[in-house]
Amino acid sequence: MSEDKPKKLAIIAAHGKLEDAYPPFILASTAAAMDMEVAIFFTFYGLDLVHKKRRKKLKVTPVGNTNMPMPIPSFIAIIPGMTAMATWMMKKMMKKGNAPDLDDLLEACVESGVRLIGCQMTMDVMGIKESDLIDGVEVGGAATFMDFAKDADITLYI
Amino acid sequence: MSDITPNKVLDVKNKGCPFPVLKTKKAIKEINVGEILEVIATDPGAMSDIPAWANATGQELLKKEQIGDEYHFWVKRVK
Repeated sequence: MSEDKPKKLAIIAAHGKLEDAYPPFILASTAAAMDMEVAIFFTFYGLDLVHKKRRKKLKVTPVGNTNMPMPIPSFIAIIPGMTAMATWMMKKMMKKGNAPDLDDLLEACVESGVRLIGCQMTMDVMGIKESDLIDGVEVGGAATFMDFAKDADITLYI
Repeated sequence: MSDITPNKVLDVKNKGCPFPVLKTKKAIKEINVGEILEVIATDPGAMSDIPAWANATGQELLKKEQIGDEYHFWVKRVK
């Protein structure tokens, strides 16, 4: 049963490969649907997940990835085109497995009031402007996140 | 088939996690307190996810049942 004060979930999304995009948005939208208060702090490559252009081009890399369904020797993984192939394969597998659409997940997060916070410092490092990020992302620093996370019931670094 | 008559039916067939839960949350707000929502899913994960959602939000899961390759849930809005 939910109590008077909602439970809180604080997530740090620090990675930007295609497979890194799902856990933050799935957990955030689900937690919000379970009446929790949620914030996601996007830092370093995690910023790509809320970057207007780059979020459409997230990739899976076969380099150093020993978990590919079809094992690819390292010396082949570095050949141009292999990243595109691995990404294509993953997208095909996800479609077959009824994986949720990233646009739908993001929309669910925004609709349900999930706070999306872009890390100011890493935005500066990576030359990302606030206008490069999707609408609804607020920009803040470590203290902004900590102020939310200090009494969070769950904190995840993804 | 079930003896429970729902006030609303939500079809989330072929929707993967977490959409059965997200859509259920939306749909429960569209019925009145005391009314019943039937959810039909094909995601096997829903069999544990819908009960977990009901537990967390304080809504009442009256019944869950597998019918063929579909999973049916009857949730009563209590708040």
